[in-house]
Amino acid sequence: MDFTLSKEHEMARTLFRDFAQKEVKPLAQEVDETEIFPTETVVKMKKLGFLGIPIPKEYGGQGCDTLTYAMCVEELSKVCGTTGVIVSAHTSLCAEPIKKFGTPEQKEKYLVPLANGTKLGAFGLTEPGAGTDASGQQTKAIVDGDEYVLNGTKIFITNGKEADVYIVFAMTDKSKGTKGISAFIVEKGTPGFTFGTKEKKMGIRGSSTYELIFTDCRIPKSNLLGMEGKGFGIAMQTLDGGRIGIAAQALGLAAGALETTIEYVKERKQFGKSIAKFQNTQFQIADMATKVEAARLLVYKAAIAKDTQKSFSLEAAMAKLYAAEVAMQVTTMAVQLHGGYGYTREYDVERMMRDAKITEIYEGTSEVQKMVISANLL
Amino acid sequence: MNLQDYKGVFVFAQQVDCKISGVSFELIGKAKELAAELGTNVTAVILGDGVTALADSLAVYGADKVVVVDHPSLKEYTTEPYTHAMYSVIESYKPEVVLYGATAIGRDLAPRVSARVKTGLTADCTKLEVDAETKNLRMTRPAFGGNIMATIVCPDHRPQMATVRPGVMQRANKIAGAKADLDVVELTFEKNNKYVEVMEVVKTVVDKMDIMDAKILVSGGRGVGNKENFKLLEDFAKVIGGEVSSSRASVDAGWTEKDQQVGQTGKTVRPNLYFAIGISGAIQHLAGMEESDVIIAINKDETAPIFDVADYGLVGDFKAILPILTEQMKEIMA
Amino acid sequence: MKIVVCIKQVPDTNEVKLDPVTGTLIRDGVPSIINPDDKAGLEAALELKEANGAEVTVITMGPPQADAVLREAMAMGADNAYLVTDRAFGGADTLATSTTLAAAIKTLEYDLIITGRQAIDGDTAQVGPQIAEHLDIPNISYAEDIKVEGKDVIVKRQYEDRYHVVKVQMPCLITALGEMNKPRYMTPGGVFDAYRTKEVKVITRADLSVTDEVIGLKGSPTKVAQSFPKSVKPAGTKVILDPKDSAEYIIEKLQEKFII
Repeated sequence: MDFTLSKEHEMARTLFRDFAQKEVKPLAQEVDETEIFPTETVVKMKKLGFLGIPIPKEYGGQGCDTLTYAMCVEELSKVCGTTGVIVSAHTSLCAEPIKKFGTPEQKEKYLVPLANGTKLGAFGLTEPGAGTDASGQQTKAIVDGDEYVLNGTKIFITNGKEADVYIVFAMTDKSKGTKGISAFIVEKGTPGFTFGTKEKKMGIRGSSTYELIFTDCRIPKSNLLGMEGKGFGIAMQTLDGGRIGIAAQALGLAAGALETTIEYVKERKQFGKSIAKFQNTQFQIADMATKVEAARLLVYKAAIAKDTQKSFSLEAAMAKLYAAEVAMQVTTMAVQLHGGYGYTREYDVERMMRDAKITEIYEGTSEVQKMVISANLL
Repeated sequence: MNLQDYKGVFVFAQQVDCKISGVSFELIGKAKELAAELGTNVTAVILGDGVTALADSLAVYGADKVVVVDHPSLKEYTTEPYTHAMYSVIESYKPEVVLYGATAIGRDLAPRVSARVKTGLTADCTKLEVDAETKNLRMTRPAFGGNIMATIVCPDHRPQMATVRPGVMQRANKIAGAKADLDVVELTFEKNNKYVEVMEVVKTVVDKMDIMDAKILVSGGRGVGNKENFKLLEDFAKVIGGEVSSSRASVDAGWTEKDQQVGQTGKTVRPNLYFAIGISGAIQHLAGMEESDVIIAINKDETAPIFDVADYGLVGDFKAILPILTEQMKEIMA
Repeated sequence: MKIVVCIKQVPDTNEVKLDPVTGTLIRDGVPSIINPDDKAGLEAALELKEANGAEVTVITMGPPQADAVLREAMAMGADNAYLVTDRAFGGADTLATSTTLAAAIKTLEYDLIITGRQAIDGDTAQVGPQIAEHLDIPNISYAEDIKVEGKDVIVKRQYEDRYHVVKVQMPCLITALGEMNKPRYMTPGGVFDAYRTKEVKVITRADLSVTDEVIGLKGSPTKVAQSFPKSVKPAGTKVILDPKDSAEYIIEKLQEKFII
C-alpha cells in the first residue's frame, strides 16, 4: 500500500493549482455575485485539455487517469465551486458514458469534440417527479421511422443551455419500468429541444442550471446510446463515476476553506494576539485538516478504483457521502473562525459554505449514497 | 597573472545620445573613495561617437583621467563593438578595478567583457570597500530576492569588476572648471559575425504604471474623504516618482479605480516605500501591502491598526501635512 | 531551426526564509520553479516553433533534482531535455557556469540560443552574454520580442527609456525579459508524456571538452567571502507632530533610508 503520488500526479496538481489560483480565483467572487457562467474560463480550460483529462488521446483527450481528473476538479473547487462542477458534469456525466457505451461513430462524432473541449457536455436524468427515484421517468421516446420522438421535461440540469451535447434519458417502453428506460445523445439546436427556467440557486451560482424541454423533438436512431432499455443501468453507472467528480468538488471546497482559514487565523488579531494562538482555533484547524485528509484518501481511492476495478460503486458512494459531509462541516467551521467577516461576501468562506451544501444533494443525496453503500453490504 | 601589474580604478562612463548617464558620476564618486584607499587614481572610460567633448564633465565630477574611444561603430550601443573597445582598454591599461552601472547597457556589456577578459564580475553591488589587509575589493550585493546579502571577492583575477545600480552611490562634489587628462585611444573596428544591425531606435513614453510594479506607492483610504482630496496624493506621488493606489473603501466610494486597489480583493504590492494615507488598516488591506520595505502611515486616528505595521506613523491630518511635504520634496528633487 | 533554451531551477524567492539563529537560507520546503525569465524564453521558443517550425531543446545545469524543471518544460511543449550535472561543476560562479553550459551546448546543434535575462536567486544577468562569448556568437540581451525571418532574428531590445529593433544573423543568443510574454501552462497530457514517454538526457564532466581549471569552484574567479541576513525591520515608531514637523520628519526618515 503506497500513499505517495507519482511525480506526474504531483506535477499535474501543481498545474491545476497554478491555473486555479491565477485564472479562476480572481473571478470566483464575481461569478457568484453575477450568476454569470464563466465562459472565458471554460475556453481557457479547453485550450489546456482540462475538458478531456481521463479520455484517451485517440479520442482527443489527454490520456490521463481518473485520479488526475479528480485532482483537477479538487483544485478548481478549492477556489471556485462553480468551475469545479462545470468540469465534473461535462467529463463524468457526458464524455464518460459516450466513452463507455458509445458506438465508434458516436465516439468520433461526439466524444472527440467533448474531449478536446470544442463542445461542452451535460446530462439530463432528473425530472420534476423523478429525483432520488430516477426510475419514475416521464419523458417518452417513441420510434417513428428512423427517428425517436422525445417529449418531456428535465430539470436542474448542470451546464444546461451552455452545453452542446446532452445525454438524455427517456422511457422507450413504460410497461417495462426501469428496463424501459433508454439513453440518447441530443444536440443543442435540435428542433423541439428548448430551455425553460434557469434556477436561482443558493450556491455554485455561476453554473448554468436549466430546465430542458422536449416537444416532439426528433432524434436519429443512431443517437441511441447503448441498447434500448439499458438506459437505467447507463445512468447508474454514469452516476457512479459522477460521484467521484462531485466528491472531488466537495473535497476541494473543504480544502479551500481550510487553506483560507489557516491564512486568516494567522493574520487576525484579537485580545492582542493572532487568533491562531488560541487553543480553540488550533483544535478547530486540527479537526478540519483531519477531515479533509480523510476525505481526500476516500476520493483518491475511489478514483483509482474506477480505473482498476470492475465495480467502484461502493468506493464512489462512500467518497461522495463523506466528502460532502466534510465540505459542509469544514466550510461551516471556517465561517465560524472568520467571525463576522466570514458572514460577509468579502471573504471566500461565505461562498464556499453556500457552494458546499449542494454536494450533499446532487448526483445522489447523502441518503442515496447510504442506500448504495448498504446495498453493497447487506 | 601578476596582480601587481594591475593599477587604477576604472569606471565605464556610460553615455546615451552623447549625454553622460547619471550613474557614471555616482560611480566616479565611489571610485574616488576606493582609489584613495588603494593609493591610486580614477580613470573614466567613455565610448561612443562624437563623445570626446564630454571628457571634461567627467573631470568635473572627479575623474583623474579620461580614456576615450570615439568611433562611428559606437554610435548606438551594441554589444560587440563596445565589448571590443572595453576589452582593448582593459588589455592596454590593466586596471585593478572596473565599475559599470547596472543599467540595461552595463548589465550586457560587463558580463561579455568579463568572459573575454576571463575575470570575475559581481552584479548589482550595494556596497564596495577595500579589504584593509589584502587590498582586495569587497563587493556586497543582495541575493535571493533581497533575502540575504553576500560579500564577494575576486582574489586571484584582475581586474575586479562590479556593476552598481543607479542611485546607490553618492556623486562626489563638483570641481568647477576641471579639465580632463585625456587619452584618446584609436581602435579599428572590423565587422564580424558578432556585429548586429540596429534597424530602429524608438524612444518610449512611459505609460501609467501597474501599481504592482511601482517602487513607491502613495495609497489613500476612506480617510482621504473625497475624490478631490486624492489630487493631493497625486501631486505628491508625481514629485516623489510614485503611483497612487488605494484601499477598497476608496474604490467602493468611487474615488479611485479598481486596478488601484491594494488588499485581499485587490492587488498585493511590495514597493520599496508605501504611504498609507487615511487608511485605517483593515486586515484585508494589510494582507496586500505589509511586505512593503518601508511603510509610512498618516492617520488622524491614533489607534488605527495601520500604525502596527507602519515603520513610521504620523498621527495627524494629511490635508495639512501632505502639501508641505510635496513642496519640500520638490525642492529636494530639483 | 533548432532552438536551445537554457533554464534554471530556482527557489521561489518569495518563499525563502532565513534561519534566525544561523542567518542561513532555509531551502527546505521552498518550492522550486523554473526561473521566470527563462520560462518566458521557453515560451518565446515554443511560439517560434508554432510560427516557423522548430525543434526546441531545453538544457539546465544543476543537481539531479533539476530534472523536474526539464520535465515541466517538456510538459509545456519542449521536444528534448538535457541535464548538465556533475559534482565537478559544483561551486561555480557565473563565469564557470557559463563555460560549462557553453561546452555542453557545443555538443548539441543550435541555430538560436535563448536564456532568461537573469535568475531570481542571483539576479546577475551574466550567464547569457557569457555563454555567447564562449561560443563566439552574437548576443542580444533584454529581448521584449523575438521574430525569425529566414536566417535572421529580429529582436526588440529594451533599454530604460527606449528600445532598439535589432537584426542579427543566426547562430546567436538572445536573453529574454520575463515580461515579454505570458508563458503557457503545461497540459495534463503533456505532464504524463514528460514522465512516461520522454526522457531527460544527462551530460556529465566526461562529456565536455574543457579543462578542470575553467569549471566548478576552481574555474570561478569570484568567491563568496561572507553572507548575512538583511537587517531586520525595527519596530515602528509613532509620532504626533505639527504638520510642518511631520513633513520634515518624513523627509528625514526617507533620507535615512536612502530612498531620496
